Amino acid sequence: MTQQQVTIDGNEAAAYVAHKTNEVIAIYPITPSSPMGEWADQWSTRKQSNIWGTVPLIAEMQAEGGAAGAVHGALQTGALTTTFTASQGLLLMIPNMYKIAGELTSTVFHIAARSIAAQALSIFGDHSDVMAARSTGWGMLFANSVQEVMDMALISQASTLKARVPFLHIFDGFRTSHEIMKVEKLSIDTIRALIDDDAVRAHRARGLSPDRPVMRGTAQNPDVFFQARETVNPYYLATPEIVQTAMDQFAELTGRQYKLFDYVGAEDAERVVVLMGSGCETVEETINYMVAQGEKVGMVKIRLYRPFSAKDFVGALPTTVKSIAALDRTKEPGSSGEPLYLDIMSTLTELFMDGKLPMPNLPKVVGGRYGLSSKEFTPAMVKSIFDNLSQDSPKNHFTVGIIDDVTNTHLEYDSGFDIEADDVVRAMFWGLGADGTVGANKNSIKIIGEETSNYAQGYFVYDSKKSGARTISHLRFGPRPIRSTYLINQANFIAVHQFGFLTKYSVLANAAQGATFLLNSSYGPDEVWKYLPRSIQETIIEKELKLYVIDAYAVAKQIKLGVRINTIMQTCFFAISGVLPQDEAIAKIKEAIKKTYGKRGEIIVQQNYDAVDASLAHLYQVETPAQSSSTIELSDPVSSAAPDFVKQVTAEMIAGRGDMLPVSALPIDGSYPTGTTQWEKRNLALEIPVWDEDICIQCGKCVMVCPHSVIRSKIYDEIKLTDAPEGFKSTSARWKGLKDQKYTLQVAAEDCTGCQLCVEVCPVKNKKNVSRRAINMESQAPLLEQERANWDYFLTLPDMPTTPDPLSFTNVKNVQLLQPLFEFSGACAGCGETPYLKLMSQLFGDRTIIANATGCSSIYGGNLPTTPWAKNSDGRGPAWSNSLFEDNAEFGMGMRLTVDKQTEYARELLSRANSSVNSDLRDAILQADLSTQEAIDAQRERVEQLKAQIADSDDPMMKDLYSLADMLVKKTVWIVGGDGWAYDIGYGGLDHVLASGRNVNVLVLDTEVYSNTGGQASKATPLGAVAKFAMGGKAMPKKDLGMIAMSYGNIYVAQIAMGANDAQTIKAFLEAEAYDGPSLIIAYSQCIAHGIDMAKGMNQQKLAVQSGHWPLYRFNPSLLDTEKGPFNLDCRKPSVPLAKYHNNENRFRMLTQTDPLAAKTYLKQAQKIALARWEKYERLSKQWE
Amino acid sequence: MDLTTTYLGMPLKNPLVPSASPLSESVESIKMLEDAGASAVVMYSLFEEQITLQNQQLDHYLSYKTDSSAEALGYFPDMDLYKIGPEAYLDLISKAKSAVDIPIIGSLNGVSTGGWIQYAKGIEQAGASALELNIYYIPTDIGMTSADVEQMYLNIVKDVKSNVSIPVAVKISPYFSSTANMVAQLAEVGADGLVLFNRFYQPDFDLDNLDVFPHLVLSTPYTFRLPLRWTAILNGRVDADLAITSGVHTYQEVLKGMMAGAKITMVASELLRNGLGRINEIMGNVRRWMEENEYESITQMQGSMSQQNVSEPAAFERANYMKVLNAWRPDPTGHFSISQRLGVPSSKN
Repeated sequence: MTQQQVTIDGNEAAAYVAHKTNEVIAIYPITPSSPMGEWADQWSTRKQSNIWGTVPLIAEMQAEGGAAGAVHGALQTGALTTTFTASQGLLLMIPNMYKIAGELTSTVFHIAARSIAAQALSIFGDHSDVMAARSTGWGMLFANSVQEVMDMALISQASTLKARVPFLHIFDGFRTSHEIMKVEKLSIDTIRALIDDDAVRAHRARGLSPDRPVMRGTAQNPDVFFQARETVNPYYLATPEIVQTAMDQFAELTGRQYKLFDYVGAEDAERVVVLMGSGCETVEETINYMVAQGEKVGMVKIRLYRPFSAKDFVGALPTTVKSIAALDRTKEPGSSGEPLYLDIMSTLTELFMDGKLPMPNLPKVVGGRYGLSSKEFTPAMVKSIFDNLSQDSPKNHFTVGIIDDVTNTHLEYDSGFDIEADDVVRAMFWGLGADGTVGANKNSIKIIGEETSNYAQGYFVYDSKKSGARTISHLRFGPRPIRSTYLINQANFIAVHQFGFLTKYSVLANAAQGATFLLNSSYGPDEVWKYLPRSIQETIIEKELKLYVIDAYAVAKQIKLGVRINTIMQTCFFAISGVLPQDEAIAKIKEAIKKTYGKRGEIIVQQNYDAVDASLAHLYQVETPAQSSSTIELSDPVSSAAPDFVKQVTAEMIAGRGDMLPVSALPIDGSYPTGTTQWEKRNLALEIPVWDEDICIQCGKCVMVCPHSVIRSKIYDEIKLTDAPEGFKSTSARWKGLKDQKYTLQVAAEDCTGCQLCVEVCPVKNKKNVSRRAINMESQAPLLEQERANWDYFLTLPDMPTTPDPLSFTNVKNVQLLQPLFEFSGACAGCGETPYLKLMSQLFGDRTIIANATGCSSIYGGNLPTTPWAKNSDGRGPAWSNSLFEDNAEFGMGMRLTVDKQTEYARELLSRANSSVNSDLRDAILQADLSTQEAIDAQRERVEQLKAQIADSDDPMMKDLYSLADMLVKKTVWIVGGDGWAYDIGYGGLDHVLASGRNVNVLVLDTEVYSNTGGQASKATPLGAVAKFAMGGKAMPKKDLGMIAMSYGNIYVAQIAMGANDAQTIKAFLEAEAYDGPSLIIAYSQCIAHGIDMAKGMNQQKLAVQSGHWPLYRFNPSLLDTEKGPFNLDCRKPSVPLAKYHNNENRFRMLTQTDPLAAKTYLKQAQKIALARWEKYERLSKQWE
Repeated sequence: MDLTTTYLGMPLKNPLVPSASPLSESVESIKMLEDAGASAVVMYSLFEEQITLQNQQLDHYLSYKTDSSAEALGYFPDMDLYKIGPEAYLDLISKAKSAVDIPIIGSLNGVSTGGWIQYAKGIEQAGASALELNIYYIPTDIGMTSADVEQMYLNIVKDVKSNVSIPVAVKISPYFSSTANMVAQLAEVGADGLVLFNRFYQPDFDLDNLDVFPHLVLSTPYTFRLPLRWTAILNGRVDADLAITSGVHTYQEVLKGMMAGAKITMVASELLRNGLGRINEIMGNVRRWMEENEYESITQMQGSMSQQNVSEPAAFERANYMKVLNAWRPDPTGHFSISQRLGVPSSKN
């Protein structure tokens, strides 16, 4: 049968088959499997049917556990059902997986295999997750490439229906799930031919039905459980043959023959490696090379890992084999070996003991770990494994790809070992997320893959920052299928789309001799040379690189494309790489533009056409001198003032050299120093805010809203200005009682992202020119040197003013003076979440423990290399941890339990302390009221005295007291997460923790969507908003989480929106923290997933409140018995039509552009709901009047 | 009583036509306008600039932050189709055309030459009986001469006329150095009708927030004076139908407009303020007035008080203006109503 060629990634390939062969699909987002659910949802929304002509039903669940439950239910009632997941998601499915297998139920789960969080979370690929599911009794079929994903998805589906054993269809997260490859798309006929309808009907007939009732899920006693458990054995024994039959049938249909264990290599191989997953591709490429060199090496690719067929495995091995390396992409600490190693050992020894081994001697078997968390696995490493197998005593339990200088497990390898053929075009592109580089490259791959006979591969590497994110694209094109499942090492084309990268990264480190180097530069061909760093000049000369420049930003500006230089750079790539004849390439680019942008309007298509046409005229080859002349050096990743750990470890990660850090450099238990973002100066902003001290009223609003804590203010004695650098701005403080003091508002120019929230929120307008505020955006570059000096000096000023009376930090004006202990995070420019976290850190940071749910806030809050939670000058600051996505409330409650218990024990110890502690001090500590900051500060001093008194005590009781004394100072626990956590996956736990009565503070950063995974709908998503998994607009209204919590009566609840009422926001934080019980703050957080102008985020918050979308209120149970009553409605009746709020946001506008009738209906309903909700709250507020 | 008139070659049952406004944003409301007695409907304007803006906005937000993060390759689902071009507008014309019997007049505000032509053709193909070019243009470029501005108007009309075969009316502003000459030139290059005048939304200042904000003020009967004057001046002197828009609130403006020489009068603010029932009320009053004053038909009065036909042609010229100014005194009540001062009958039904 003829198969269509498509250029797609692994997720799309899996989702395609899954959607075609199922009736019900339960989904939940988790990286890197989310796109499979998104594809399925998209196809069903577009009414695309499965092979039986019916559109699969898609249901988004609240968690992977929920998805597994729904799948189990659907399967038990006879529907063909599937799901997609990875990592922690798979772990959450395991309980159901035991049941599904125990009940011999046909299904396939498609898994983009990913690391499991241990010492840290990692979103990247390895087999830790699927290996944790080995004991569930599921078949495990591995696909090693995008083509194989499509093929194995079908083979596993066909097999499970026959075998009744459920299957995990596994491929490597990112390396395969996100790699774009040219593949043959399976036709509907092929799929139909392989799926046996009788088996489908048999599956359906096994479904529970009142028309033929049976019961499953019984409880069994010791008398029969064991025997019943053994009833399934014949099915497992039969499965390998069923799978092989499906593979053979598949080969007849497509010409691609798979075996349960595929052998590749020399027929007389003596050294063999065994593995599964994408690494097989690299091993195969290496083996082909080595065999051609006369080496006796080979590989067994495991396709069907479970049920493991010993017979077939041994049958695949050449009888000449002398040594075997079993490669596991997982780690089982404390085991006698990783899973595959143990399987092979037991298989061979069993056969050997039974005398059934086909080879004369038992081969030597070693096990090794590779590729954890998408660690590179290259031909050089493969060669080192074969070299190891050549040894008389090969290293066992080795690692490859890292330097393990602690337990010395690693194999050495020659990083210069390169086997890629010369006729493969290898192109690397350095870009920014914002400039569209990756999108353009995806287009290029499609053009080359689908329009030429070349094979094409694309893989994309992103950094973990959400603002100013760097991307590196790796593209290969060649005449043969590409098996290089590793990053490009020797590039014959390198494009650098951001000139600033030249001084930050070794962008030409991977340039091959004679490569082409395309640079986006505002300097023309005649002058660019002198602006290149020395190392770049030297590499160009030494490697004889051909240098081309284009001022892509100038071209983009000319044709009104803003910062999107993607089309321009793509055109230049085609023009000079020679992959296609220029005219043909341009015609193809234009076709691709029409395809990509056609839906967005003619004008957009035309603009991109203009970009194509304008690019070539602005592209120049540069004549390069024979000698380097530059004195420009690569910048240091961190300041020289940074602590040693930051300089030695963090800086290496920033510079992109983290792969070279040895094991000994890294903390053993995942504990890292806080406050490291201060050392990484990212210089992202083209424009920064500049303070106009003459008109500033010192209100503090700009300081409060700054998402990156780059705007700070201090009040200090005038004398401090003596040493200030020239140009340091200062003015008289506008504070009662502090008028003789000076005030400075300072911007951290190198840490600012240029979001402009500060300017938008500034209430002051210049009387001579109302377009000017008290803070205005100006170009960063000319100000940089001055502002760097100003910032450094500003940091030396005292954090707190000297005041006759302590300032009360209950209003915006005073709060601005508190040091933020959350700074310079990698969050998006204009992030709506981070101002709340910063505020929390200002108010309580020095005594806070944070439990942070997985999501945006755990990524910008805790993703290496640098993290934003910081310390004050006393060394105190938030202690932060992330457990999981689903358990965050419980995790935080555990922290609270520790605080409560240890505080109680410390008090007990102190009360028992008679002679060692001064009794006045003891009584003062035990009786202290800790309700104010001043009281807490005083207690802290008393505790220091206490510690001094008992420091040298030999009394075990006093030693215990010493170790717990800090607990006598108030600690506060904040449980932080997004709406995906609070409304969906963590809701059950959150409800329980809130109901526990424990003194925890919950902060829900409500973006009304799963932001971190790319905008999937949550139960916080409002009615009518378009999101992934809600393409037709969310059909149900947002859950009223606050109202549910209030129904308990003893939970402090506040709904806040800083942009609408900053004073209420501060009040809510203070009250929540002060309340001796559970507190819940639900904070409106604008997000890029709303599709708004982020600079106007605070104005949009105001509209959210004025339109009734987001009523502000506080429910304080401590006021229950007061005249005032507990419920404060902090906003007026909706005064603005909801449509005005909706119209500013792409998530609502999109529906008016795709389904205007639905949009209108939803808007009407939403308006009604908004008014009704406000009235409900109003009644509540009047209840106590 | 014959209330019929012809406009752009189309016979209309009466001279009251709802002008471009939100009232024509759905088939239902267009049907309601017909039921209320409207003799034709001018659709709300298709703004090329708005389409461009929507396209760019959509593209921006769909592209923003895509392929920037390993965990989120994009933030919005990929939809099949976006109705962000002129399709929705053209579809409405088609549907309105088949839902009502009265003529549907499309209205277009373009930016580029390509846009004017493409959308004009689209409106014709969608079934509009005629097209009104709503040239809503404020020349703020100090390097642009009045001749440049005029030429731009003429080019648009020429371009559109050479690409469509339905009648084309041009809605212009009163801000020309020589309105009469401009109108004559427009008629010369092919305009079948002139609609007098476009009212621009004038921005206002918010003193509390020191902001500029667009201020939509519905018309008042007084705004009728300007088109009335120019209709009277131009009637019989240009080869194009004249239509009066702005300030039509009562039967009196309809009658005056006809007498000045307009083929139709257009109404919007009055309907927005007081409901569609006003069409029947106004036309009922027109009929009553005509009966009382023994007029037989609308055509009979059309142009009867144009500048060419009044005994005092200078009444439309500057001398009159001077006289009016001299007649003005501050009203002690604070209402600066010149009409009241001059004893002009109040504009009530």
